[in-house]
Amino acid sequence: MPYIPHSPQDLAVMLEKVGASSIEDLFADIPQDMRPKSFALPDGKDEMSVCARLEELAAKNRTDIPSFLGAGFYDHYIPKAVDAITSRGEFFTAYTPYQAEASQGTLQAIFEYQTAICRLLQMDCSNASVYDGGSALFEAFMMAARATGRKRFILDEALHPLWREMVATSTRNLDVTFTVVPHAHGMPDMNALHAALDDSVAAVAVQNPNFFGVIADYSELFAAAKEKGALGVISVNPVMQSLLKTPGEMGADIAIAEGQSLGQPLGFGGPYLGVMACKKALVRQLPGRIAGRTTDKQGREGYVLTLQAREQHIRRSKATSNICSNQALCALRALVHVCLLGPEGLIRTAETAMAKAREAAQALLTLPGVSMLNNAPYGYEFALVLPISAEEAVQKALKRGCLIGYPAGRAYPGMENTLLVACTEKTTAEQIQTLSGVLAGVLGGQQ
Amino acid sequence: MSTAFKKSVPGREACMPGVPKRRAADMLPAALLRQKRAELPEMSELDVIRHFTNLSRKNYSVDSNFYPLGSCTMKYNPRFMEYAATLSGFSKPHPMLPQIDPMLAQGALEVLWDTERLLCEITGMRAFTLQPMAGAHGEFTGVSLIAAYHRDRGNKKTKIICPDSAHGTNPASAALAGYDVINIESRDGIVDPEALAAVLDDGVAGLMMTCPNTLGLFEKNLPQIVELLRSVDALLYYDGANMNAIMGKMRMGDVGFDVVHLNLHKTFGTPHGGGGPGSGPVGVSERLVPFLPAPRVEKCEDGVFVLKTDYPKSIGRLTPFYGNYGVVLKAYAYILRLGANGLKRASEYAVLNANYMRKLLEDVLEIPYNRTCMHEFVASAHKQAEQGVKALDIAKALLDKGYHAPTIYFPLIVRECLMFEPTETESKELLDAFISDLKNILETAEHSPDAIQNAPVTLPVSRLDETKAARNMELKEKE
Repeated sequence: MPYIPHSPQDLAVMLEKVGASSIEDLFADIPQDMRPKSFALPDGKDEMSVCARLEELAAKNRTDIPSFLGAGFYDHYIPKAVDAITSRGEFFTAYTPYQAEASQGTLQAIFEYQTAICRLLQMDCSNASVYDGGSALFEAFMMAARATGRKRFILDEALHPLWREMVATSTRNLDVTFTVVPHAHGMPDMNALHAALDDSVAAVAVQNPNFFGVIADYSELFAAAKEKGALGVISVNPVMQSLLKTPGEMGADIAIAEGQSLGQPLGFGGPYLGVMACKKALVRQLPGRIAGRTTDKQGREGYVLTLQAREQHIRRSKATSNICSNQALCALRALVHVCLLGPEGLIRTAETAMAKAREAAQALLTLPGVSMLNNAPYGYEFALVLPISAEEAVQKALKRGCLIGYPAGRAYPGMENTLLVACTEKTTAEQIQTLSGVLAGVLGGQQ
Repeated sequence: MSTAFKKSVPGREACMPGVPKRRAADMLPAALLRQKRAELPEMSELDVIRHFTNLSRKNYSVDSNFYPLGSCTMKYNPRFMEYAATLSGFSKPHPMLPQIDPMLAQGALEVLWDTERLLCEITGMRAFTLQPMAGAHGEFTGVSLIAAYHRDRGNKKTKIICPDSAHGTNPASAALAGYDVINIESRDGIVDPEALAAVLDDGVAGLMMTCPNTLGLFEKNLPQIVELLRSVDALLYYDGANMNAIMGKMRMGDVGFDVVHLNLHKTFGTPHGGGGPGSGPVGVSERLVPFLPAPRVEKCEDGVFVLKTDYPKSIGRLTPFYGNYGVVLKAYAYILRLGANGLKRASEYAVLNANYMRKLLEDVLEIPYNRTCMHEFVASAHKQAEQGVKALDIAKALLDKGYHAPTIYFPLIVRECLMFEPTETESKELLDAFISDLKNILETAEHSPDAIQNAPVTLPVSRLDETKAARNMELKEKE
């Protein structure tokens, strides 16, 4: 019996001990009329057969096409030692560190993860992570609502469109409202963002680089928010954050991020992790798990989950959030990734990706009718305006063997000709050549 | 053990990429750059490997220790499932591929479609969403579906009922979905239909139940409960935390549940990862199907799998893509491996192990609801506590014997509660040894309680000062 160690003799002895003549006796509480009407699953298979089936399914996914698709999720190189460490059973078969003395490995790793996040973002406090960037944005809004007692939020339209959808779903039954401030050609409309601030606003949320790759300084916006009693929330890319002016330097109250680019494979959508950090004054509003350092009876240093009075298992319906987990193994991956790259390695990753993006942009801008959406500074993803529909261009390019990017019109009606192109440090000169050659062919065929 | 940050030596490197062709100062205006570099660890690769290897050795885990943590189903995590997630056909694809062209990700979509159908057959539900990324996320999804149903029917509902034995996430999730939470008291350890009837009115949107409940007891009054709820058009929610007791023995859809969340990381053998990532798929009955989150995977007549978003009554998007895909994939592999008989057998042996443990334990600890249990049971150390040895002390003493502790002080309705869930993957001799060690602890508690009160003494640290941690709030390494 796979994964069940009982011998026939064990079974007999155990049944005798419990006073049952068969295992079925133990289910006598479930009356016959409540038994399954059907349980028509396939028969079990041996490990070899299941693996063969999985390999067959894996082979049906195309991983061989040069791709410039990013849209917030990037194919970064992951050092092999990340897998070596996170595949240790002592880490991945443990559970939530409720018994601190028997979980010092996980707890210290969370503490180190929190430290890494705080240093990267220059924020005071980090939690142990939440599900993903979108849930981090939602939780940031809930924090702001509790902290300010207000229920209105301002969002820059260039915040990730999927996250805006997630936040709308998650707040559907709550008494909160949103004002979405339109972007200006992919750039933040600072005047409109400032104008939207008033005494009813709990938080204003922006993204840097934003969905179009544009980098900006939100210091003045956050200062203005503070004057109105509102919180400043910023979503960042953790790899770019090794270079960019930090949430701390800008005066943000809450900083969040999709942590995927730190050591998580794209993996068809997850698991990833949501990074969340805040100013010290807000720490009791921070949801999820938090590790803290303390001492044991002998005065030795050790780690525990702390500030648990915020959490659902204590506060039930009054908790800061219903969240009862963190993406612990993903957070460990992120930490190990950061340790292997070091500060300079993370900077080089961002710079190499940015340099590749500039090479790609330069090559594409030589094509007739292709221009940048704007002249703003960008990271390793950028927005182009094509002379034809980006959707059409992507489909035609795919037939020619290249995934040239994300058609922005899908999330932004009216931007049908805008294409988002992403590079990473893994992008090769040959792939950039393919990209420009394929797009040239697609556009040429059009003329 | 000092932190990676303290071990950092300037200039040391592990997996440093080559020098970039261009540097940031040449590509971005200085005003947009950070003033000082992030002070992250600088370590050699060996430094990193040794640091984390040594950290890992400070953990108890299923691989290294018996982990009878009630309600968490810490069963063995088969290794071939990990292999599945490392296949490049699954680890490499960008999640937006099917939006661009579904033909780019047919295998990945087929896994989703297949898993949904397998979960439907296991639970008797009509349809599933795999989006929720954890149990609590599933609960929130489920309660949001209940809200959407009532909104659609023009029902004015403001309340969700939770039994006093419920997990804390139930009331927290209901509150997050905008409901007032009504608590009802259990009778003989299970939901009391009279207590339910007493609070039931037109304002009740639904009841959240765990079955078997957190005492490990089957909710025998289920048919009556279903009938009561139907009378006010309230829906019945199934918290799947304890699904490992009941596979092939009862299907939620057959007995009147409208919404079900499962915990793939409990029932379907995916690893807990030190606290995540998990996965909390949600299944629904026919009347809730229109409200499921979008996008959903559909199979066309020609056998092609596509993503569809056009569901006008959908509650929307709960996750950026398809939930914690890698976790879903592992659970899919587990279900294929075990099949109908294997899943049924998992529940059978989980229940056998729990009852065997209960029978061995009943002579040494009080079992407040001492009757045939499902996959877990609850004991009480209140008599020991009167002598000064609390459930917490017993838990810590178990750590010294090399076992992870059971869940303690939950459910809230049993004093000095210890909740044991052995799971099906543990052997008789392991259970015998555990009980023998637990008996030793309880004997020691009688004549020298301080020995137990001081446990653990064999681990890297002894009991930690949680009050100091909360007061000092040292949440990161100082710069």
